[in-house]
Amino acid sequence: MHGRVKIKSTAQQEEEKRKEKEKKLKAFVSARDAVLKKRSAGEHDEEALQLTRQLLSSNPDFATLWNYRREVLLHLETLREKDEVQKLYESELHFIEACLKVNPKSYGCWHHRTWVNTRLPQPDWTRELGLCDRCLSLDERNFHCWDYRRVVVKASGVSVEQELQFTDRLIGSNFSNYSSWHYRSTLLPQLHPQPAPDSAPNTSPSPTTSPQFHSHRVCEEQLLKEYELSHNAFFTDPNDQSAWFYYRWLLGRAEREEMISCVYVSREGERVSVAFSKPVHAQSEGLMLVLDGQPQQVEWRSTHPRLRHSPVWLCDLPPGSISDMSNEHNLTIHWTEKHTHRDCALYTGCAESWCRDSATNLELFRSELSVEKSSVLQAELQSCNQLLELEPQNKWCLLTIILLMRALDPLGHEKETLAHFQTLKEVDPMRSTYYSDLCSKFLIENTILKMEYAEVRVFSLSNKNLTTLCHLDQLLFVTHINLSSNQLLRLPPHFAMLQCLEVLEADDNAIENLEGLYHLPKLEEVSLRNNQICKLSDLESLASCTKLTRLDLRGNPVHRTAHIESELSQLLPRVTALSL
Amino acid sequence: MAAEDLPSQFDVVILGTGLTESVIAAACSRVGQSVLHLDRRNYYAGNWASFTFNGLLSWIEQYKNQQEVPITELEQVWRSLIDEGEDAVPLSALDSSISNLEVFCYASEEEEKEEEMKTPLSSFQPVNAETVSEEANGDSTEAHDTVTGDDTTASDAKTPNEEHEVSEPKEDQHTSDISEPSQSQEEKESQLSSSPADPTVEVQKKITYQKLVKEGRRFNIDLVSKLMYSRGALVDLLIKSNVSRYAEFKNIGRILTYRNGKVEQVPCSRADVFASKQLTVVEKRMLMKFLTFCLDFEQHPEEYQDYTEKPFREFLKNKKLTENLQHFILHSIAMVTQHTLTEEGLKATQHFLRCLGRYGNTPFLFPLYGLGEIPQCFCRMCAVFGGIYCLRHSVECLVVDKVSNKVKAVIDTRGQRISCSHFVVEDSYIRDEQRQSTAYRQISRAVLITDRSVLPSESDQQISMVTIPPLESSAPAVRMVELCSSSMTCMPGTYLVHLTCSSSGKAQEDLAPVISQLFHVSTIPGEEPSEGAEERSKPAVLWVMYFNMRDTSALDSSSYSLPSNVHVCTGPDDSLCSDYSIKLAESVFHHILPDEEFCPPAPNPEDIIYDGDGPQAKGPGFDESTNTEADKSLAEEEGATHEKSPSTENSEPAEMDSVTQQAPLDMTPASEE
Repeated sequence: MHGRVKIKSTAQQEEEKRKEKEKKLKAFVSARDAVLKKRSAGEHDEEALQLTRQLLSSNPDFATLWNYRREVLLHLETLREKDEVQKLYESELHFIEACLKVNPKSYGCWHHRTWVNTRLPQPDWTRELGLCDRCLSLDERNFHCWDYRRVVVKASGVSVEQELQFTDRLIGSNFSNYSSWHYRSTLLPQLHPQPAPDSAPNTSPSPTTSPQFHSHRVCEEQLLKEYELSHNAFFTDPNDQSAWFYYRWLLGRAEREEMISCVYVSREGERVSVAFSKPVHAQSEGLMLVLDGQPQQVEWRSTHPRLRHSPVWLCDLPPGSISDMSNEHNLTIHWTEKHTHRDCALYTGCAESWCRDSATNLELFRSELSVEKSSVLQAELQSCNQLLELEPQNKWCLLTIILLMRALDPLGHEKETLAHFQTLKEVDPMRSTYYSDLCSKFLIENTILKMEYAEVRVFSLSNKNLTTLCHLDQLLFVTHINLSSNQLLRLPPHFAMLQCLEVLEADDNAIENLEGLYHLPKLEEVSLRNNQICKLSDLESLASCTKLTRLDLRGNPVHRTAHIESELSQLLPRVTALSL
Repeated sequence: MAAEDLPSQFDVVILGTGLTESVIAAACSRVGQSVLHLDRRNYYAGNWASFTFNGLLSWIEQYKNQQEVPITELEQVWRSLIDEGEDAVPLSALDSSISNLEVFCYASEEEEKEEEMKTPLSSFQPVNAETVSEEANGDSTEAHDTVTGDDTTASDAKTPNEEHEVSEPKEDQHTSDISEPSQSQEEKESQLSSSPADPTVEVQKKITYQKLVKEGRRFNIDLVSKLMYSRGALVDLLIKSNVSRYAEFKNIGRILTYRNGKVEQVPCSRADVFASKQLTVVEKRMLMKFLTFCLDFEQHPEEYQDYTEKPFREFLKNKKLTENLQHFILHSIAMVTQHTLTEEGLKATQHFLRCLGRYGNTPFLFPLYGLGEIPQCFCRMCAVFGGIYCLRHSVECLVVDKVSNKVKAVIDTRGQRISCSHFVVEDSYIRDEQRQSTAYRQISRAVLITDRSVLPSESDQQISMVTIPPLESSAPAVRMVELCSSSMTCMPGTYLVHLTCSSSGKAQEDLAPVISQLFHVSTIPGEEPSEGAEERSKPAVLWVMYFNMRDTSALDSSSYSLPSNVHVCTGPDDSLCSDYSIKLAESVFHHILPDEEFCPPAPNPEDIIYDGDGPQAKGPGFDESTNTEADKSLAEEEGATHEKSPSTENSEPAEMDSVTQQAPLDMTPASEE
């Protein structure tokens, strides 16, 4: 058609583009070779700057060139006046800015910029902050820039208030940006710290003080504002995880204080077991045992060789030191590292003795959210329930409600908690195993609490869909355990902490691994009907339990093994009642 | 271009440079048609134009002096050019699309310098304020008149002590004094003594009328006030055609609404809902849930099918949304009336939401330097592809072939006969004799220059869109756009405010009640002054213009008795966006050239092959290029839709990258979404 504008065809354009590319490549390669040659010749001149500049502005990720550039700059610095040095480095900053436009996530650029600012006689931090703000407004997830910003903030002494306002702004423009929420969580404790508790922090805590150690906490007034902020976020978009994570942090993730939670002495075994509030490495912790005023040379060992850090540690006393029933003994465990100790008296006529706090006082399992006052938690639970009414399928809300309920009253809310777990597994099947494990954990905690109230040494948790075992250090005194009809796959190494265990029932699970049945000095009877024990080798650890006499293995694949009976009697000669 | 040099033959002659005509001109020129584009005015864009302040003042003068030109000897000239077998259809020389134009000025007419000198000299004339306002009352109905007066001295007299403490003259104070002539002395005094507590009032410098005139070039005042939906027809066309490269745009920063006597921000984006202080958390959830539903409401017919025949308003009520939320959704997000049906309301909401986040936190863009830029961008595109432009140049009459009843030629105002195959004309050039129906509507417009924003916030450089629901049930809903100086439409320190509604009467009758609710108007005849403190918290109106513009958008080709190759472009409609005008341009274009693509992407200048480009033009590439053209038109004949033609698909990456944001971006532009 006449009169039309004629346009180059695509083939033509492509050919031109290809040629252009080729030309560029050729130019790049020759410039690169020239630069590398100069560098090996040790030339540190303006030309080197010029050449690296050309190359880096098209490819800012060429680390060698940045290194060379630094060499050149350091050399030039020695030749120039202070004013000129300032100018030299300022032009370097301009150049880096241009390179950042090519690749705002270039490691080389950001690193070089940090370096240049350390060389600059008078760094202009305000401009650097401005640059960071611009970069973050383009891509708020640019972690290079976040890192660089931290350097700038530190060097220029920007006030914490200003930084908090900065997070306000970022969260305001996009509350899904977890970087800003996280940054906020590091700023708030600095700006609004929780008032110090009455007692000085250095005195050794008596057993009656709370075991919670409140570090990095924020004062209540500010916390209430922060709760509101996160409500706004998760009511606006309940599927956004950033605000939920921040919220969980607000609710208080207290760490348990490191302390000796329990000392147990057995006259018969001439053995001392010490339980700690957290897994420790006793050999390096300066643990000292004093028996009737005499320090003892003992060797500490964990309950299972696979546990290098363990909440329970054992030691054997010198033979005969406490075996006489008519003697009374006083034991003290000193934990020199933590300036703390614990006493335990073994009275005349007692076969064993222990000293510990009751689990109910300790609020053992509520450390996740329990820092906050219960009135606040109650109010938060109401807010979340309000959201759940609007969004009955929201997993973040369900999970937060479960955690709040546990912090408030784990036993009272048990039924609701279990129902919520059921919903969670349905709405978020991808994480159903996680929820099952969490649910198991909570069930075990509740059972331990109930056991404490009842003051018995029997732990029974059958038919509860348990998938994992935890808190076994709390079961140090338990003599009978019933875990039948659950979904357990193994008895983990931690199981070896049950130093008093005499009878274990774990029928109808899917247990295939018995690692944890290891050196249990009092274990007499084990029932493992209908599990998944396949090989004889799986049963080897049982040989270390010297008192084991009754073993029920009916309904396990292991019975198909050839010569199983003779092999077993060889492995476990003391077992007199074996059912296969 | 001198008229004598005009060629005597064109494919298409287009009269009027409004948006629709300009788009048609660009589209025709782009596909190789020869285009002559004329406008009788001395500026581009017709009723879509933007003026500097001084330009607007002369436009007002022109409007007032406009009168029907008697048929002159020129008619003799063109009558003589009509051959046998031809009819002449004369066009109108008078533009009657604007009516009821009224102007009021409230800015002081004093010289700035004078004022500063006077301030420290406190004279004792306490009665002055009254005299001044009486004068003002009497005069203010006259267009162009100003509230003058020695207001500075008047208030100086009352506050001699304070004058020494405050270095800046309390100019805003003075303005309010004039407006409250009947106020008792006590009230005035309490007002004055309270004023130092309000530093923003004092720091601001009064803008005089002189200043407005002096800085007049900084204004770009639109006759039509529209915004661009970021996924609307205009933006799509700008991107598709590459015309966007000729303009720059700014995001509308926030959407406001007037409710219970207060201006409030409407939470519409996710970030707004999060930050909103007026919504409870439960409301936030409800709003987000409802908006999420609207995004793909077609997928959930069960949610609304019982309401398809009922108003959207009832549907919102049924959804148990709070009153707050119903207001926001109905008036500010869907922007529909009480009677709009549910499905239409849902669609409007959906469109709004889909436009969010493309270029910013609201769905709207505004072209820097005013809306008048847009028609000019298309004219430029037309000119790049060979279109010829003449301003102050119109068509006297059409030459119609009696047999075919088609326009053969036009006779221009210089008496030249120019033949053409198609004639495109803006509605205001059509005489009443050619109209079958004159049942058009009117748009009421007000343009205000104010001294501060209706809702001051951290950033004073935001464009705000304000929806004002009907004040009374019979009144129309008013749409207001407040432009800041960084939109390059007004001088720093002022805001340019556009009000638009479909008319129920004169523009002033329709809009003055709204203005007096939202702004502080120094003197309105017959109105009792309201409480001082409240009144002072409102922005003061410095200057206001009212007018009605004819809305012919309801007319179609059956409304005119014109030959079939005459295409009438109706003027701007009263809606917020320009979609109607773009759709009209597209349909006219397809009438003229049914087989051509509408505004395909313009090539990059370096890819254009110029005649005499030697080897390239005759090389294999030339053949290929003609082949692709042929393929393309073939594809179109086979019914391939324009959206799917290969050339438009490439246009997505060529986004409108010139949207300017609050902070100038030195870095690489952010990728969309």
